Amino acid sequence: MSGVNNSLIVALIASGVAYGTPLLFGSLGELLAERSGVLNLGVEGMMLVGAVMGFWTVQRVHAGAAVALTAAVLVAALSGAAMALIHAFLVITLRANQIVSGLALTIFAGAVGLSSYLGNDLNLADVPASHSFHAIFPSSMQSWPIVGPIAFGQNALVYLSWACVAAVAYYLARTRPGLNVRAVGEAPGAADAMGIDVAKYRYAHTLAGGAFAGVAGSTFTLAITPQWVNGITGGAGWIAIALVIFAFWRPELCLVGAYFFGSLQALAPELQARNISLGPTELWTNSIPYVATVVVLVLVSWRGASRRLGAPAALGSPYVREEVS
Amino acid sequence: MPAVELRGITKRFPGVVANDAVDFTAEAGEVHALLGENGAGKSTLSHILSGLYRPDEGEIRVHGVPVAFHSPRDAIDAGICMVHQHFRLVDRFTVAQNLILGDRRGAGRRFRIDPGAVTDQVRRLGERYRLPVDPRARIWQLSVGERQRVEILKALYEEAKVLILDEPTAVLTPDESRTLFETLREIVAEGRTVIFISHKLREVKAVSDRVTVLRAGRVVATTNTADASPQSLASLMVGRTLETVQRRHTGTAEGDVVLALEDVWAHSDRATTSLKGVDVSVRAGEIVAVAGVAGNGQRELAETIAGLRGPTRGTVRVGGRRLPGGDARAAYRAGLGYVPEDRLGTGVAPNLSIAMNVDLKSYRDDSWGPFLRLARMRRRAEEAIRTYDIKAPGPDAEADTLSGGNIQKVVLAREFAGRLKALIAASPTRGLDVSAVETVHRHLCDAADRGVGVLLISEDLDEIFALADRVLVMYEGRLTEAPRDDRETIGVLMAGGHPAT
Repeated sequence: MSGVNNSLIVALIASGVAYGTPLLFGSLGELLAERSGVLNLGVEGMMLVGAVMGFWTVQRVHAGAAVALTAAVLVAALSGAAMALIHAFLVITLRANQIVSGLALTIFAGAVGLSSYLGNDLNLADVPASHSFHAIFPSSMQSWPIVGPIAFGQNALVYLSWACVAAVAYYLARTRPGLNVRAVGEAPGAADAMGIDVAKYRYAHTLAGGAFAGVAGSTFTLAITPQWVNGITGGAGWIAIALVIFAFWRPELCLVGAYFFGSLQALAPELQARNISLGPTELWTNSIPYVATVVVLVLVSWRGASRRLGAPAALGSPYVREEVS
Repeated sequence: MPAVELRGITKRFPGVVANDAVDFTAEAGEVHALLGENGAGKSTLSHILSGLYRPDEGEIRVHGVPVAFHSPRDAIDAGICMVHQHFRLVDRFTVAQNLILGDRRGAGRRFRIDPGAVTDQVRRLGERYRLPVDPRARIWQLSVGERQRVEILKALYEEAKVLILDEPTAVLTPDESRTLFETLREIVAEGRTVIFISHKLREVKAVSDRVTVLRAGRVVATTNTADASPQSLASLMVGRTLETVQRRHTGTAEGDVVLALEDVWAHSDRATTSLKGVDVSVRAGEIVAVAGVAGNGQRELAETIAGLRGPTRGTVRVGGRRLPGGDARAAYRAGLGYVPEDRLGTGVAPNLSIAMNVDLKSYRDDSWGPFLRLARMRRRAEEAIRTYDIKAPGPDAEADTLSGGNIQKVVLAREFAGRLKALIAASPTRGLDVSAVETVHRHLCDAADRGVGVLLISEDLDEIFALADRVLVMYEGRLTEAPRDDRETIGVLMAGGHPAT
């Protein structure tokens, strides 16, 4: 039976789920922000800050694993949200250009910026995590054929991400604030005329998006690696942004996309572990996720399809009540 | 006790006093028209009443109680709802979703949405007011008339006591307008109030009980509609006696055909076919009008002729010369002028000076190699400012600092500058005030008298009746010839029907 579980395809999917989890958190957050009309290109930076702050917390909190890890995830979420607050203030209150602000945040927080400074200053490099997330189900369940490694071999963050997908999907489709936020992203003028506070909704969802990005970053330092390395996210934030488009702004499709890209990322290590070589260098197996991102984006953007396929109509544009009669 | 009472409302914007000590009352059970030119302060007043703007001075009373609105929600809670000219609907939502948006009463307070219950509620409401619309339809699938019904239903769903309608007929066919007026009568019969904003005298006469006329931010009169003649209302609105341009008809034009379209087909931006075999011919000295509700292919027609859009089939000739499809420069060289619908976006380059804009098409004819002759351009612009009476500080003023009417004059100055054979004017007076409309009309008539063939695309039937020698009606990409003076038949054709024979 363990033969099935060792097959390349099951191993790829199982590690695809693990590698895909930060992408899933990141894209869910970006989806919430974009549904309110705010494009946040700072995801990569927020992930990096979440990664370093989460790792710092777990090293500092001297408590049981459960408490330390919970605190670490919360701190990561808060630091991501704090970063998003800068973006929200710039683009919602000051109506700055959303692309410029997001890029600036990523550069500010990036591998030669804040996250790098914090990590080095707090001496987080080259130390193993004092606690990390592990598979929570007993190994007997993990050895069940196929579903064992994929569904029961995962850590708590993976199951948390599943709950988040369900919660976000339900929130957007079936609740009143969900309906309101969609209206804010589609037609802020209409929402305003119906008495919905556009700025409040945009702030709330941009901050929530930042919190998700922070958790996404901590997934690297608390579960996948688990240690802190400068620039640990390796562009996952950008893939998360692309995923939102790939998923046509729908949370359930974010899940599919995240695991697809997660599996592509798992391809190189899994092939290496089996001593399979696809070419003289690992360069191109390592670049597969990024190349695939580009290809997918080209495909879904074909002929301006994105508008029909669910992009919020007011995405990227600040809302100003018409002035002067 | 009046349903709504405004006392001494003043609202200033940088450089203008939009409302100057306005007193206004509307009773329960009446349709009260608010009449005025563009910029007279109608919209500002309605925005104040609907909570979008806050007045600088003055008091609002609803059923005798003083209120202060901080947001549209406050106004809605006080029973005042606005039906905006540009609909405030979420295109991708269903009718029902649009109605419950922002609702904070009863079922609307619950966190979870029950789609079935909402759909039923909306359907019952539609039946009660005879405003049939499928609650589950998405807004983008609806016609403009249906969207307006949704806006009105939205107000009724909010249990509005006072409905404000901002230029509601601008987008409707004559038939749809009549239906709207019947609905409004039913709504006021229930003891509600309708405030009807318009600058169309005919409609104000047709639907309202009383009328308040605004001019330059002040109330100049409030009167019973029945006691006022259209002429007296018009002069109250403009502040002087108005000479409307009425073209002398010289019988059938006998000039050469200067603009001819044969079996022209073209795509819209959404890659659907929007022109389906259009044939038009315009003779020198003739004004041919294309009537119709916007969105039936008028924009594509204008752009195809102007060379901004390539036809998929058929030919366009100007002065007998066949134009290559999608080549704006060739169209200009053949003697075609184009007054586009989107004045600020397509008509002028907003950040360039008047001088640059006036020479935007002809600068190549008078440049010194790659260098522009700026002094000559300024001289020409100064001349245009005099001839067309453009109100601007000088030839260096940027186009987007001008008012709509003056921008349109810049466009006209440019288009009339060359050796013009044919002219397309797409909604040339939309959004202009009465005096600017007069100027534009006069220039169009002059051009025709000079032997230019004019194709006038317009949604305004009054404009068409004043100017056109022939009338064509556009519906879903096809043109039908209509009798020149028959409002009834044209209305039927605009709605896609067949006129009774």
